[in-house]
Amino acid sequence: MSFSWAKPYEPKHPLMRWLDERLPLPRLAYGAIGGGYPVPRNLNYFWNFGVLAGIFLTIQIVTGIVLAMHYYATTDGAFNSVNQLIMRDVNAGWLLRYAHMNGASFFFIVTYIHIFRGLFYGSYKAPRELVWMLGLVIYLLMMATAFMGYVLPWGQMSYWGAQVITGFFSAFPLIGEPLRVWILGGYAPDEAALTRFFSLHYLLPFVIAGVVILHIWALHIPGSSNPTGVDVKEERDTLPFHPFYTAKDGWFAAAVLLVYAVVTFFAPNYLGHPDNYIPANPLATPAHIVPEWYFWPFYAILRSFTIDFILPAKLWGVLAMFGSILLLFFLPWLDKSPVRSGSYRPVFKRFFWLLVADVLILGYVGGAPLNWWRTALGQIAAAYYFLHFLVVLPLVSAFETPDPLPSSISESVLHGEETEAAPAGQTKPRRGATATAG
Amino acid sequence: MRFILGFIGSVFAAILLFSMISNLATYYGNKPAPLASDVFHKEPKELHLASDGPFGNFKNQAQLQRGFQVYSEVCSACHSLKLVSFRDLKGIGYNDAEIKKIASDWKTQVPSINPDTGEASTRKALPSDNFPPPFANEVAARAANNNALPPDLSLITKAREGGAAYVYSLLTGWADPDTYRNEHGERLPADAKPPQGLHFNPYFANLNIAMPPPLTTDGQVSYADGTKPTVDQMAKDVAAFLAWTAEPNLGNRHAAGVPVIVFLLIAAVLAYLAYQQIWHDAKRSVRVTGALDPKNQAKSRRAKAKQGVAG
Repeated sequence: MSFSWAKPYEPKHPLMRWLDERLPLPRLAYGAIGGGYPVPRNLNYFWNFGVLAGIFLTIQIVTGIVLAMHYYATTDGAFNSVNQLIMRDVNAGWLLRYAHMNGASFFFIVTYIHIFRGLFYGSYKAPRELVWMLGLVIYLLMMATAFMGYVLPWGQMSYWGAQVITGFFSAFPLIGEPLRVWILGGYAPDEAALTRFFSLHYLLPFVIAGVVILHIWALHIPGSSNPTGVDVKEERDTLPFHPFYTAKDGWFAAAVLLVYAVVTFFAPNYLGHPDNYIPANPLATPAHIVPEWYFWPFYAILRSFTIDFILPAKLWGVLAMFGSILLLFFLPWLDKSPVRSGSYRPVFKRFFWLLVADVLILGYVGGAPLNWWRTALGQIAAAYYFLHFLVVLPLVSAFETPDPLPSSISESVLHGEETEAAPAGQTKPRRGATATAG
Repeated sequence: MRFILGFIGSVFAAILLFSMISNLATYYGNKPAPLASDVFHKEPKELHLASDGPFGNFKNQAQLQRGFQVYSEVCSACHSLKLVSFRDLKGIGYNDAEIKKIASDWKTQVPSINPDTGEASTRKALPSDNFPPPFANEVAARAANNNALPPDLSLITKAREGGAAYVYSLLTGWADPDTYRNEHGERLPADAKPPQGLHFNPYFANLNIAMPPPLTTDGQVSYADGTKPTVDQMAKDVAAFLAWTAEPNLGNRHAAGVPVIVFLLIAAVLAYLAYQQIWHDAKRSVRVTGALDPKNQAKSRRAKAKQGVAG
């Protein structure tokens, strides 16, 4: 679609020709993920994680549909249907459930790597702003789906997680409490909440699949970005998606599924919490209520607001937590640097790794029981998170002098040091050699 | 817009840093005393079971049956096993006739309906029944146990940090709060001593557990296989049994995992070789000068270096 040299679909078999004239589905697939989609030839392994996210979405939908056949969405039946029926009596039910539990974690792992890939290589910049924003919509839908899925086994963490997370809404003045009651269908999580969470947990993955189609569609207009961030200029900068990237994705997917299988078969409860094997009990609060690991950084931001400054601390925490994701929608306009790839941005690069460390610290603080120094550490890390995106990034993009860019993708793949060009709009002399040759 | 967002970000950061300073000031101004549960709580002891590790399984059926004996003679007086049915006992080596007998001899019966009058009644358990709980409901359980609720044991090794080792440590962990010293030789402060009706056990999260020591004397249970029924042995056996009730498919899972890993390993290697094969020509054809350029001919590291080709 995007480049003039993209090969059009040429059906060879008469049956395919017949089909193509009536319903050009093979043509669509060929242009989207086949030989008709030219991809920059210099993608590194960080570009494999989008396909991996798609694989894990598929695993979640397939295992989830079968699990739903054996699950009872009632407060009396949910815990036993999961822990007796599915785990003991359904043929290979334990495999379906553990594959689904850990599939959620792996879906988030690959998605986080995919998002940080985008952050480092400037994949959010023009002309891919909508690709980035649609990706964030997918991420928000994933979070909602994962949260509701965690409620379904109706263990202690399910129940108290639902209690805490729906409690966020009550932080808003006036409408907060009625909104929370409306969302739950009651004053506390109960049958009404469980059945609607089940209904939405079944629905949202298909909504995600729909937005994934939009995400890929929007991506195919400009085509994939690449580690240099330099635009594709000619045919030799690209390779057809099939067979080159299907082969690369294929072997890498097998390698990642290997890790997933190790966890699913040999440590299936490692990423979970023991308290969720205790049936939900509205009268007994667990000692430490923690969400699943993929929410820990946001949970840390929420808990970091401890003083009532004009607004109540809880409201500040909720605003900051939602804000920490919503600000990512503004990223294409916060980072004004014309250079996409972090490889050619010496100052940005340092702050990027600081951000990675910062999010890891937030994750640690969010998952651990609070004490005085973890609270302080979380507050520093949360403060840096906001400063990074809203203050540091705009300043860096305004004042940084980027390294010289290779003149083309092919040059960078070759021994491009000999023929370097300054990035668009930059005429400063080179500051050291580029890193991506060979 | 960037100024507005920058301002919002600075406000968030300022509030966070101010909160931090105020919290630290409070902390240093009034350092809280460490909690007794932080100073005296102990991590579970080491326990080695056949179900441990990546190849663990439940083939040590003698121990599992001994553990079941301990459960049925001791623990089941108060603790239910609601998610396990009698027929599941096949997994630890009982045959159909034995299971039928265990079910019909079980001390509590299953709620039923009198077929003649329609009145509520009870009947003997069948192999297809789950283990009937010792108390009819939570109120009855609390009434009989000094207002404490004995937890269901079906999933207990998955529902506690430390798993089977925790169960074993707890069952052997009761100590006298008056003479107890922790590993630093500290004595339990008076205000941390267990209140009336609770018992000191350093493996329990808050140190004071409502359950009195259930395994008190060697030989409390008489084992048919000649194993010496010490308190330690009984605790180990019942921990092994509860590891089975929590995860009866663990052996199948491990057995299924190995071929899956081997399959994926072979698939990954073959797919990697295919990837190398497919990319082999693409990596060379990028050089615009054509296939006869000596730079394009250079494949080995040394040949590339000689031609001045990077990589």
